[in-house]
Amino acid sequence: MTATRRIRGGADPAVQRVPWFWADRRAAFGVAVFLALAVVAVFAPLVSTGDPALQRDVVATRFLPPLSTDLHGVFHLVGTDRFGRDVWTRLVYGSRISLSVGILAMVVSVAIGVSVGAMAGLWRGTARVTLMGFTDFALALPRVVLLLLLASLWQPSALLVVAVLGVTGWMPIARLVYGEVRGLSARSFVHAAEALGVRRSAILSRHVLPNALTPVIVAATLGVGNTIMLEAGLSFLGVGVQPPMPSWGNMIASGRDTLVNAPWVATAPGLLLVLVVVASTLLGDALRDTLEPSKRAVR
Amino acid sequence: MIRFLARRVVVGAAVVFGVVTLTFLLLRLAPGDPVERLIGPAATPVQIEAQRRSLGLDRPLVTQYGIWVGRFAAGDWGTSIARGRPVREVIGTAWPATVILVGLSLSLSYLFGILVGAVQANASGSRLDTGLSVATVAVYALPGYWLGLMLVMVFTYWLRVLPAFGAAGLDADFVGGWAWFVDRLRHLVLPVATLTLIGIGGAARFVRGSMLDVLSQPFVAVARAKGLTSRRVTFRHVLRNALVPLVTLLGLSIPALFSGAVFVEAVFAWPGVGRVLVEAVQGRDYPVVMAATAVSAVLVVVGNLTADLLMALVDPRVQHTS
Repeated sequence: MTATRRIRGGADPAVQRVPWFWADRRAAFGVAVFLALAVVAVFAPLVSTGDPALQRDVVATRFLPPLSTDLHGVFHLVGTDRFGRDVWTRLVYGSRISLSVGILAMVVSVAIGVSVGAMAGLWRGTARVTLMGFTDFALALPRVVLLLLLASLWQPSALLVVAVLGVTGWMPIARLVYGEVRGLSARSFVHAAEALGVRRSAILSRHVLPNALTPVIVAATLGVGNTIMLEAGLSFLGVGVQPPMPSWGNMIASGRDTLVNAPWVATAPGLLLVLVVVASTLLGDALRDTLEPSKRAVR
Repeated sequence: MIRFLARRVVVGAAVVFGVVTLTFLLLRLAPGDPVERLIGPAATPVQIEAQRRSLGLDRPLVTQYGIWVGRFAAGDWGTSIARGRPVREVIGTAWPATVILVGLSLSLSYLFGILVGAVQANASGSRLDTGLSVATVAVYALPGYWLGLMLVMVFTYWLRVLPAFGAAGLDADFVGGWAWFVDRLRHLVLPVATLTLIGIGGAARFVRGSMLDVLSQPFVAVARAKGLTSRRVTFRHVLRNALVPLVTLLGLSIPALFSGAVFVEAVFAWPGVGRVLVEAVQGRDYPVVMAATAVSAVLVVVGNLTADLLMALVDPRVQHTS
């Protein structure tokens, strides 16, 4: 029984004809937030002043409060920072960095996690023990300590953050996939395929992995928010995305010094971060309830 | 029980050893030279070479590692390159601050988290439940360093009621007794509040789910059918059983809290292991980085071990699995 079948056959009215994510308010909220942010990020030049580093007369344009217009006639929705840069524009361009770094890092984690988990689930004996032992070991390492070390040792860059977050985040995915693959390998449709002489690689890619991916999708959705938050954290500490390239994390860090006279500089990117993390949590919860009814939390 | 414990201790020791080895390798393989940072750009190659030798950085990697492990085990943690003080002294003054911060936040967030979760489960499906659900998800999503800044903005800059930085006031050494205690407490409020608020979100979500699971069990229906008061059912039958999986959450939240503490310590200039680590990493202070990493790994492993032990005491089945 495939995942898709289970959904269509489900008795829950929420998962029938209507696109499921409209029926579930949590999912609708999550999808709406991500869609809106994606649109804004893609069309950044159209919805902002177009240059996140644009500075004019610093003395005249700095620390302008939200909803004000400067002497050049430029409107500042979220005000300006201490260099007179438009905060809204920086938020918009920062969303490009923050979202893509977070999502790419999650993709790296999923790729590593699925490979390790699938190999460990498929192979037997020493290979399995070694792989899962290594996974458990890596899971026990304090992640933030590792992140700090890795991110600060090399020249900081957005790409390094992707690599570092990806390399330190794959373990839960590997454990999930391992469990699923082992469970599925004992099912009769896999035995049937084996009896028919289908190659192991084909069994894995056609019969096992597609069925094992459901919990991975859920975990990845839940994890994206966390990854974006960690990226912001690293950038906040100065070992992530480097200024003047705007990321929500380094915007919070720069707003920290102007908390008294320009609180909006640090407040706005933080609010966006919370919004994204809430969206990813709610969407993930909704996905889990829809795709894995057995693990549904009682409502 | 002894065997179970022994195995966990061995695994924990392996993790600490692995962390230390990994840190050592990463530090040595990464570009950047602590000596150049230490003595500045004006130094001649001869001076650099001499400094390298005196720090033992000119030897082969394996030798350096062997020497380091031997000395570390013997209690000689070296001298901080940046501060010139013994590393043991630096870490020794730092770790109690982190343990106080994390321990206090952990207890408070469990206390309030259980309360909120229990209220939600009892009123499941109501407006109150939905409202609290939204609130806990939002609070759980708050980045610690940002929440910290917001609290500083409100309570230090606007209301001017609480200190924002450090663990003690400037005059801390000159006041005694009660005033000293109050000063310490006031400095604790904002960092602890930051970590606690986020922790409440996580704990409440967990308790709500686990209580609802228990509520659907047949023995709850039996208890109600016996005519027990609803308070008695909630406290004696539901909450007690719902708290068992909470011990699992404890194992998960200890490392998470330490991670959170790294950021929160950086925001509040809290003199703990996290801040020492951040500063040492940024300044390439090898001996301090090594020791701080080892100590945080030990703290996390001991935290996990405690959670495992509690779990095994609460639920004896755990000892026989895995």
